[in-house]
Order: sequence, then C-alpha cells, then structure tokens
Amino acid sequence: MADNRNIIQVQNLRKDFGKLEVLKDISIDIEVGEVVVLLGPSGSGKSTFLRCLNQLELATAGTILVDGNNVTDKHTDINKVREEIGMVFQHFNLFPHKTVLENIMLAPVELKRMRKEEAKEKGLQLLRRVGLDAKSDAYPSQLSGGQKQRVAIARALAMNPAIMLFDEPTSALDPEMVGEVLNVMQELVADGMTMVVVTHEIGFAREVADRVVFMDAGYIVEQGRPEEIFNNPKEARTIDFLNKVL
Amino acid sequence: MISIIQSYSTMLLGALGKTLLLTLLSLVFAMIIGMIFALMNVGKNRTLNLTGTVYVDAVRGVPLIVLAYFIYFGVPAGIKMIGIQDFRLTALQAGTIALAMNCGAYMAEIIRAGIESVDRGQMEASRSLGLTYGKSMRLVVLPQAIRTMIPSIINQFIITLKDTSILSVIGFPELTNMGKTISGNTFKSLETWAVVGIMYMIVIITLSKVAKRVERRVNRGR
Repeated sequence: MADNRNIIQVQNLRKDFGKLEVLKDISIDIEVGEVVVLLGPSGSGKSTFLRCLNQLELATAGTILVDGNNVTDKHTDINKVREEIGMVFQHFNLFPHKTVLENIMLAPVELKRMRKEEAKEKGLQLLRRVGLDAKSDAYPSQLSGGQKQRVAIARALAMNPAIMLFDEPTSALDPEMVGEVLNVMQELVADGMTMVVVTHEIGFAREVADRVVFMDAGYIVEQGRPEEIFNNPKEARTIDFLNKVL
Repeated sequence: MISIIQSYSTMLLGALGKTLLLTLLSLVFAMIIGMIFALMNVGKNRTLNLTGTVYVDAVRGVPLIVLAYFIYFGVPAGIKMIGIQDFRLTALQAGTIALAMNCGAYMAEIIRAGIESVDRGQMEASRSLGLTYGKSMRLVVLPQAIRTMIPSIINQFIITLKDTSILSVIGFPELTNMGKTISGNTFKSLETWAVVGIMYMIVIITLSKVAKRVERRVNRGR
C-alpha cells in the first residue's frame, strides 16, 4: 500500500485510444513535495500520462496509486481523489458564465468543504496570492491569457489539493505573459507543493524541477536531476530532442 | 371582417386561450422529454444512447397528424383490446401528449446540440475539481449550453404554437377549429380566416419580440 513518501505510484501504466497505443509501459514514483517536469516531443504521451493521474483518461492497464488510493480501481470514489489533485489546463477552461470569484468558489461550496462566506474569504485570499484580487468580480472574458491562467491556478488551489498537475500551462499564452504564470508556479514550488508539470519551458524545468522525466513514444526514456538531463543526457533520443529545443 | 370580430370576439378569444393553454402544457412536457432524451444521448451509456436515438427518430419520422390520431383513437382502442373498457383521453390530453412527444423529439436534438457545443474542457475542468458528472452538467455545461440553445428553442416554441392548429382534427376547440365553425356558420371564409390568421400572427410576433429581449438579457455579462 501507500508508503508515506511516495504520494504518486504508477506501475506499468498503459493507455490505448482504440488501436493507437499512447502510453506503452510507464512506471514512476513521485514523492511528497517533489516537482517533476515531463519533457518530450509532441505525441510522446506526456499530457495523456498527466490526464491518467486524475483519470480524465481511463487507464487501459496498470495501476496508479494517489495518496494510497488506487484510482484505476472502479470501486474507488474518483471524485474524492480528484479533490486532492488540482489540475491546470493549457486552455485555462475557466467557466465563462461565472465571475472570477465564483469560478474559485464553485467546487468548495458545492462539495460542501466550506460555507459560502468561508469560500469567498478563501477565494479572495487565493486571488491576492496570484495578484488578481482586484479582478474578483470580472468575467473570464475580461481577462488576459496570463490572468486567466492565474485564476485557473487559484481555482485548482481552492480545494487545498495535495498535488497539482499542470498541462502545458503556458503554451497558449503570448510570450510576455508566460513569466507571470511561471512566477505563481514558482511560489507554489517554494511552498512545498507536489507538482507534475508538462511544459516546454526548459528554463523553468532547469530552475525549479527536482526531476526531469523525458518521454518519447509512450515510454519514459530517461529521468534525473535537471542538470544531469540537460548537461549530460545519456540517451540518443534525449540528446536529439534537447538539440532541437535548446 | 368587422362583423366577424363583433359577433365572435368572445368565442375567438376563448379559442385562442385554448390554443395557448395547449401550447404551454405541451412545451412544459416537451422540455422535460427533450432534456431527458438529450441527456441520454450525450452520455456514454450505449443502451441509453440507443433509446434516445430510437425515440427521436421514431417521433420525427411520423407526421404530427398521424401521431395525434394514433394517440387519440389508436391508444384507447389498444387499451380496450387488453380488457380495460372505459379508458378515454380528452382531446386536450391527447393533444398535449402528441404535441409534447413531437416537440420533445426536436427539443432533444436542440438540447443535445447545445450541450455538444460547449467545449469539452469545461466538463474536464469541473470533473478535475471533484464535481460529479451530474453536478458538472447542471452547474457548468447546461448554463452555457442554454445560451446557445435559446434562439432554436424559441423557434421551436413558435412551431409548436402553430402546430396546435393540426389538433383541430381531433376536435380540440382551439383557434383553427373555431375558425372552421365560424366560417361554416357565416359562410364568410375570407373574413374568418383573415381574422384567425392575424390573431396567430399577433401572438407569434409578440412572442418573438419578448424572446429577443430574453435572449439579449441572457447574453449580457458573457
């Protein structure tokens, strides 16, 4: 069962979309407080892997334990487990019919974690943390991309998750807005959040990751500390990829 | 024309009231039917998908007038065959059922299309927060879907209002039926049908105007 240090334990995970095998055999353990950055060419399965962790994609085979809960088991209450896992998407996916504050309050109130006033308090506090308390009554359409993504992070944090998943959080942003989102993420790292991040931001990976995992064609090809992977990659595919992006 | 209005205004207005009553009742049930079958169709359960598709195809494949005859005459006859003697449907009951079934099928398609027009990421974001499928649908997807659905729903309302005239064939005393009676009594076909036509028009144009206003209000604050 769960050992205390590994909050995520993935064993022989496989994921097919019909005939297409996206994840072939993935095993990885992630520790509490660890920041793992997933790198790899597009189509390598990074996003699919991330989405398997909270079962937005159902695993075809293998087991995934999150904080000791087997999320691949049909009898597990996946909604309960998801409360522990915040997720931030490439395209923000804010709820356009709700204000910024309502976006953040929705889950805590509906899932009866907090009373309304309490959730509002918490929401405003989170908005202050991402520097957007002045926008609490705005609608998502009135925000810039960077602001939307910061709100999306605040929304994911509202449930006090133990883990945060980031699926290319800066890929849909104009270049001048990437920094503000990475800053917020960096603060989360400083707070000790367990994070799994799919990103093409090599600088971010180098600076804040505890571990860089390089994926290709549905497998983990190589993993290690950022300086090992970036300065001294061992696998040909890693070297090839890094030559293209660095 | 004036003479028709003078002598028959009470009866015409009463009949119009019946038309509106039938429309309203049908629409309420049609919304419920439409919502149920739309939700069956957008889910992942194959059996429910099939049930939804069969319903929509079956009802859309039958002219409303045939459906009305079937329910008003056919169903009581069928129930008699299984031994229950005095089962009868009033014209209002049969009319409401036929219209609601018919309108419900179209409504199901409108609602399904509305739900599918909402970005998949909305459901995913809501599920990722730990909300159930039902709550995500109700709180996140449907409120957005309804906005895109409103013009089509209003259009369907208007079609249903006009379709009530078809139920004159089963003897429900709505506006068209009253038109038949009056023109039969007075032999003033031109005037009678002009008056009846204008009455429908006034109601429908008023409805569309109100609908436009509602649409604008819902779209504000997007």
